[in-house]
Amino acid sequence: MYRSLFPRDVFAEMDRLQREMQQALDLSPTIRGVARNGFPAINVGGTPQTVEIYVFAPGVDPATLEVQLERGLLTIAGERKSPLAEVEADAKVTAHIHERFDGRFRRVLTLPDDADPEAVEARLRDGVLHITVQRRASAQPRRIAIH
Amino acid sequence: MRNDVQTTSRSSSAARQPGTPAGGPARYSDATLTPPVDVLEDAGGITLYADLPGVSREQLNLQVESDTLTIEAEANLSVPPELTSSHTEVGLARFRRVFTLSKELDTERVSAELAQGVLKLRIPKAQHAQPRRIQVQVA
Repeated sequence: MYRSLFPRDVFAEMDRLQREMQQALDLSPTIRGVARNGFPAINVGGTPQTVEIYVFAPGVDPATLEVQLERGLLTIAGERKSPLAEVEADAKVTAHIHERFDGRFRRVLTLPDDADPEAVEARLRDGVLHITVQRRASAQPRRIAIH
Repeated sequence: MRNDVQTTSRSSSAARQPGTPAGGPARYSDATLTPPVDVLEDAGGITLYADLPGVSREQLNLQVESDTLTIEAEANLSVPPELTSSHTEVGLARFRRVFTLSKELDTERVSAELAQGVLKLRIPKAQHAQPRRIQVQVA
């Protein structure tokens, strides 16, 4: 989604291509696949206590945004209107460049087993939806004392 | 009226580019994402929409120089310090895109809005360049 025809930095572009090739040859692909280059882009990471998900969805009307967590499956769905929707019916407008996604979208992620569906927080700021899912306390690593 | 927003400050934040060594070669620190844009033209001027997720007004730098428009921005995500990434689709926090503006656009009257991570730029056409209907005389 953020590719350009003439990459400014050939080395960074080649590294990215190499990373994508490696992912393509992934030996244990999940059944739901690894969605790439969809809208919105998603970054997933974790800390020992939480799973952090960043959804890059600028310009999405918060009223249409739905985040659902069901049995370990996180669904992010919504709709983004095209800028042409704001234009009056009889205005003569030419669209010279149209690279931004518009329409309805839905992305689904599988969360790890220790994600607690009761403790999810989602915050939308500057077009980035930041979802924090707490890990179950019982699943935290515990040190066992040796007597 | 030129619309100057403050320059982005190059603070040495630790979580800048995941996976690159600290103090690596200059080419990595110059890498930026190219934001997707929509450009619409009507009789009065050009409207540009750019996706800049995570960018707030202070981190946006717009520059108009003679016939070049430069959009530079830095995203600010609230990242917990001990985060390890498992799936990264957006690997950089900096955006940059440059456009060449044609002569009939009035660069003095550029206006910009930034809301929900979407930049909306309005570049009106110069008065003399507005479409004018030419009367056809029938001999």
